[in-house]
Amino acid sequence: MTDVPTTTKADWTSDQEVRWCPGCGDYSILTAVQMLMPDLDVRREDTVFISGIGCAARFPYYMNTYGMHGIHGRAPALATGLAMARPELHVWVVGGDGDMLSIGGNHLLHSLRRNVNLNILLFNNQIYGLTKGQYSPTSEIGKVTKSTPAGSIDEPFNPISVALGAEASFVARTHDMDRQHMMDMFRRAHDFPGAAFVEVFQNCNVFNDGAFGAITKKDKRASMLIPLEHGKPIRFGENNEKGVVINPQGSAEVVDVADVGESALLVHDETRQDPSLAFALSRLSAGPFEPTPIGVYRAVERSEYATEASKQLAMAQEQSGPGDLEALLHSRPTWEVS
Amino acid sequence: MTDTVPRTVGTQELNRLVVRFAGDSGDGMQLTGDRFTSASALFGNDLATLPEFPAEIRAPQGTLAGVSAFQVQVSDHDITTPGDAPNVLVAMNPAALRKELVHLEFGGTIIVNQDAFIERNLTKAGYDSDPLDDGSLDNYTLFKVPMTTITKEVCKDLGVKPRDAERSKNFFALGLLSWLYNRPAQPTLDWISAKFKRQQLIADANTAAFKAGMAFGETAELFDFTYEVKPAVLEPGTYTNVNGNTALSWGLVAASQQAKVPLFLGSYPITPASDILHELSQRKNFGVRTLQAEDEIAAVCAALGASFGGHLGITTTSGPGIALKGETIGLAVSLELPLLVINIQRGGPSTGLPTKTESADLMQAMYGRHGESPVPIVAAYSPSQCFFAAIEAARIALKYRTPVILLSDGYLANGSEPWLLPDVSTLPDLTVEFATGPNHTEEDGTEVFWPYLRDPETKARPWAVPGTPGLTHRIGGIEKEDGSGNINYEPDNHGYMVKLREERVAHIANDIPPTMLEGDIDDADLLVLGWGSTWGAITSAVMRAREEGRKVAHAHVTHLNPLPKDLGDIVRRYPKVLVPEMNLGQFCRIIRSEFLVDAQSVAKVEGVPFTAAELHSHINGVLDD
Repeated sequence: MTDVPTTTKADWTSDQEVRWCPGCGDYSILTAVQMLMPDLDVRREDTVFISGIGCAARFPYYMNTYGMHGIHGRAPALATGLAMARPELHVWVVGGDGDMLSIGGNHLLHSLRRNVNLNILLFNNQIYGLTKGQYSPTSEIGKVTKSTPAGSIDEPFNPISVALGAEASFVARTHDMDRQHMMDMFRRAHDFPGAAFVEVFQNCNVFNDGAFGAITKKDKRASMLIPLEHGKPIRFGENNEKGVVINPQGSAEVVDVADVGESALLVHDETRQDPSLAFALSRLSAGPFEPTPIGVYRAVERSEYATEASKQLAMAQEQSGPGDLEALLHSRPTWEVS
Repeated sequence: MTDTVPRTVGTQELNRLVVRFAGDSGDGMQLTGDRFTSASALFGNDLATLPEFPAEIRAPQGTLAGVSAFQVQVSDHDITTPGDAPNVLVAMNPAALRKELVHLEFGGTIIVNQDAFIERNLTKAGYDSDPLDDGSLDNYTLFKVPMTTITKEVCKDLGVKPRDAERSKNFFALGLLSWLYNRPAQPTLDWISAKFKRQQLIADANTAAFKAGMAFGETAELFDFTYEVKPAVLEPGTYTNVNGNTALSWGLVAASQQAKVPLFLGSYPITPASDILHELSQRKNFGVRTLQAEDEIAAVCAALGASFGGHLGITTTSGPGIALKGETIGLAVSLELPLLVINIQRGGPSTGLPTKTESADLMQAMYGRHGESPVPIVAAYSPSQCFFAAIEAARIALKYRTPVILLSDGYLANGSEPWLLPDVSTLPDLTVEFATGPNHTEEDGTEVFWPYLRDPETKARPWAVPGTPGLTHRIGGIEKEDGSGNINYEPDNHGYMVKLREERVAHIANDIPPTMLEGDIDDADLLVLGWGSTWGAITSAVMRAREEGRKVAHAHVTHLNPLPKDLGDIVRRYPKVLVPEMNLGQFCRIIRSEFLVDAQSVAKVEGVPFTAAELHSHINGVLDD
């Protein structure tokens, strides 16, 4: 597209008043998206945001694009139909951890498996916000909330592991305290031809304040966030003194580079077909209190669903010609009555 | 076989014939019935069919649970049902005989596969003694035919595996019936060679078995007569034999063509609706996109997403699926986008009777969503009419930008009848206009697009498809302000929008055909009021009552929401109103509450359709009351 008009953030901002709680992490995500859009070489009218229900799901109202605020959990399914009907559109799906991993978990899995060309942003705040503070499928065990006064007893999902297990071809993670990193990840998702899944650590300052503070605060990032960069050994730390290796058992492990030497470190390969290493990296951290990888875990191109579906239509028309209703009605044995 | 010279056998003419084929699920009875039907259709008979099969693909062999049956009525005149009691029962094993004999008319003909009547099978079927010899069938005309033996014999030199040879015995049965009832052989032979063109040995075995069946009839001195049902006098034109699901699928394709809007089907496999998914998946050259979704909810959501993208979004399912789709249908009510939701009803509740028919989802269609969530409802009434019902449902969805529920049922879906093919040039034009530019001017003179600014006549909002410049907008399930579509939670606004959505559906009554009304319209003592697949049985029953001199009228409703404007006058016009339904009186309840008339319900919820005889006796009962 060469003749896309130049736009600014303001062009992508709708006239609706934003109604998230003051201080919510969603504001910074919205800003990152609105700032990125003018750089993507796409038209507003070719861009669609689709959401389910939850705080995050209000997102489409604030984008000056086409948008649909659907029902709880079903955004990936609504978006799949739209993307199949109109493969030329840029379809974004926005939802929270309850929306996409609990009530709508099935649709997330299958949209990733099919590799429908969607950019799926999962705002993970590890809590139900809109329903006022129940634990979510990503809350840590022992979470005390209104619905779990004695502490939650179920194991949380690791969204990156879930996506990789669902055959996702693009999987990334970012957080709401780093606008540039968010923009980088969202751009990568947009550029990827297929289902692109981005987990965003997002702070809910009302019901789960500081859930990611131990790793995303400015002074913690160097030691607690492990940047994944394609083709580079995985290193982090205040002085880049830490690294990641794959141990003999096949698990990822944090080591002191001084102990093992740089050559022993895992060189990140986001294009690796086998998802095992990406999965191992997703298991490196048990939660937002340990060093946690961010960036693109996996970006492996494969057939995109809507494109393949369109190809089958084109092939059918090539083989049988365009549909002829009269011929269809006469396609089975007929007889004449005079 | 004593003799190879064809005997001279007399032919008797019948006006109509009802044959019921019954055997084990693996015996190919549906296929046999279907082939008998097709040959009869090509011969020019009118006909109607009733396939009945168990939910299990292969229930334990030889058991009552595994019996699969197919009933067909062929006639030389216009008929509307698959017949009350069969004249002929073909029973491939003892279980089939035991289970199906109850349907056979007194004195009817039984043709059995004698080879299957061995002790083990008799025990499985619960017979203490062999019914073929113990005199229990003395009130019927019984023909014992060693079908398996002869089939194996004629196949022995073909090089077919013994098991495949035995499996061809259904074609022996078909051949015998084809001879006995003078059905043309060629359509069946052609079908065999086309169907098994890549399995020559199977084709050879089936052909040999079929021909052996015909030859057996001719040479075995069992049958004194053959019978003939002459072609029916039907309206001139080109006919094909069609079942409801095929006709419905073709209607959807036709609607898409007539609207020039691509068809998108989101569906999840469910009996008895899956065949629509199968059929439409083969229509890719019509631009038809199908998605076999991960679940019922995804199926309807994808369809609604496609509708947002300017396609005719359709989802097909049965009652359990509708239960799951309810929230999304509500979203479509709020979004005011076209969406076709098709329910091929089956027995419920829960899994219920997946392969049996029932029409007990009317209240679910009317009220099965939360909030005030009105949806237009169209119901098909005969297999071939499913074609037009689909077009009509699509017309309403597209013109009025609303989800529409189309009700069919298992009986219509799988039952077939001859269909006078319509001239496609006479199909309605469903052309849709999409929004192309701003429709509202702000106070400061800015031209903007308001997604909920309506067409004053249809009350439909503009269909603005993503990709169209200048029309970017956001829609959602949250209550909105009319016109701008902005979120609005104000009490007055919600009250207004609730009434508006109600009115949007109600006023479609101005744009639907009047109620179908037949019989003694002017002076009937009784109105029989039906909807859906009861049409055939009601039509026959009313005809019989009128032939006896009773004054009866038949009204049949195709639009259940909104109801036709003339329906109130019709139900008040007659002294008595009888409402037969395959549920416990759901439509009857609507009629009573809507029009304050003392309509009486006749309910049958047994997984099988009404027979004309049953309804005839109800009609007489009410009139004599």
